[in-house]
Amino acid sequence: MNAAAPQPYTTEDGREIGGVLMEMKNITLKFGGVTAIKGISFDIQEGEIRAIIGPNGAGKTSMLNVINGFYHPQEGEIVFRGETRSRMRPYEAAKQGISRTFQNVALFQGMTTLDNIMAGRTLKMHRNFLWQLLRYGPALDEEIEHRRKVEEVIDFLEIEHIRRTPVGQLPYGLQKRVELGRALAAEPSLLLLDEPMAGMNVEEKEDMSRFILDVNEQMGTTIALIEHDMGVVMDLADRVVVLDYGKKIADGPPGEVQSNQDVIDAYLGVPH
Amino acid sequence: MIYREAGQFKTSYRQDAAIFPILQDRIAIWFYLFVAFIVIPTFGSDFFINSMMIPFLIFAMASIGLNVLTGYTGQISLGTGAFMGVGAYACYKLTTYFPETNIIILVLLSGFFAAGIGMIFGLPSLRIKGFYLVVTTLAAQFFLEWCFIRVPWLYNYNASGAIEVPQREAFGLIVTGPSASPSVRYLVVLSIVVFLTWIVSNLIHGRIGRTWMMIRDMDIAAELIGVRPLYAKLSAFAVSSYVAGVAGAMLVFFWLGAAEVESFDVNHSFLILFMVIIGGLGSLVGSFLGAAFIWMLPIIIRAVPKMTGLDINASTVEQLNFMIIGALIIVFLIIEPHGLARLWAIAKQKLRIWPFPH
Repeated sequence: MNAAAPQPYTTEDGREIGGVLMEMKNITLKFGGVTAIKGISFDIQEGEIRAIIGPNGAGKTSMLNVINGFYHPQEGEIVFRGETRSRMRPYEAAKQGISRTFQNVALFQGMTTLDNIMAGRTLKMHRNFLWQLLRYGPALDEEIEHRRKVEEVIDFLEIEHIRRTPVGQLPYGLQKRVELGRALAAEPSLLLLDEPMAGMNVEEKEDMSRFILDVNEQMGTTIALIEHDMGVVMDLADRVVVLDYGKKIADGPPGEVQSNQDVIDAYLGVPH
Repeated sequence: MIYREAGQFKTSYRQDAAIFPILQDRIAIWFYLFVAFIVIPTFGSDFFINSMMIPFLIFAMASIGLNVLTGYTGQISLGTGAFMGVGAYACYKLTTYFPETNIIILVLLSGFFAAGIGMIFGLPSLRIKGFYLVVTTLAAQFFLEWCFIRVPWLYNYNASGAIEVPQREAFGLIVTGPSASPSVRYLVVLSIVVFLTWIVSNLIHGRIGRTWMMIRDMDIAAELIGVRPLYAKLSAFAVSSYVAGVAGAMLVFFWLGAAEVESFDVNHSFLILFMVIIGGLGSLVGSFLGAAFIWMLPIIIRAVPKMTGLDINASTVEQLNFMIIGALIIVFLIIEPHGLARLWAIAKQKLRIWPFPH
């Protein structure tokens, strides 16, 4: 739709949005006979909050799974930081700085909040097996150094009081927050959030929105999020891409998308 | 009152990340070590040391091995008995070829053979989970048992098909064979168990232990965070089999004195699995508690009629034993499905605020 390469711009609240961080070109994803995504192209610019919305089954979560290497599209290519990405494992996507949260909380239920967030830093820890055996010297120093970083995340998300609690015992809203913490601990350059507000009450939604904005502003993290709460999406997102039945039907700033006739039809239905 | 952390302020993350952050726990652990290393060898009878403490420690070691795999990494295995056997036969071959080498070093080396075999049989875990993995580890069990019978090289072409432990000395003391004293064997076993428990505890509290638990709790999320299942699962199989292998070598060299394939059959795999489940999956303390429960309790129950002067037929005692142990297992699992270790943790939690719970 917008054929011209996206330019850096400044948002209404004065944040600088940089060049293209990730570009999806003509992505097609099929599961057997079902085509989940049909030739979708869009881009994510550095520093922005990009929302992906659409009715149920539109292919939003599939899109996130393509981005972090969990699904492999049959057609199309993904350009991340100027490099065309070949078929890759989630491990490699994580290594490139893409981290995410899940629609249904996917925390490590048997571990404490602290361990869950420490787990987010796995890729940044390098001391080898022999040092780990002794848990002394470099291995312990590394552990402590990462603990410090993790405490910053815990501090940021205001979850100090549940540090030692196994996450399985936490209420849903806090679990969502811990999951965000785990993703943040990896210091991602691209953060994917799959329905961060699902199942939350108004107060929890407000908290979560504030955290998302703070992450974006203070850490400069680029965020791509899927969300069903239109009020939240319109408030948070800089640009919105709308999917319906695996196709892209609109792409642009929230105000523009909101008044787009195709989008209104997709959400409200059209008389036949 | 006694178990209270009031006044113990941690001022650095290093203090907070300690394995025993509470002072009372540190005192307790030194106390246990003191009892184990000094009191028991000095005052324990030969029967107590030989029939209770040595096998208890060895089975606790094997339970720790299985716990790494099942409790921490979530891969259920029924091959523990066979992996113990690999350690035992490897140690036997090693000491045949290198009779002069310190036997303790050979016991520790023999674990590496078990680790290698364990990793090979761990390969299917990359594709299959749960009950299907149980079946492949069971296949490992039967295949290795077959090897222990059909490969006479393993038992030096003995006519009996059994491995006989030769007499070996270490540090000027006889540590294996019929003339080794129970106290010496006990101290050797205890040292190895304490050392390896410390190592496993280090692994579990660091990055590697976390990747194991990540795989256990949510393997997809673990992969998306950057854990490679290949490394995580195979390292768990390796560490688990290593520990089981060392336990197997100790079982033969420091306790049984001679062994054939029956010492490593599938019943032993089940025995270790029960110890892990009763003790608590994912707990090192639980491995010791489970081994104590399953190994020591029957011996204690057997001794009760003699001590109280009751005149009960020996076979009746044996029947009662089965009934009592069976009932206790059910009772404990109903009270706390997460095993004795969870009961232990709850007791400690309660003790922290006792006697003023509010």
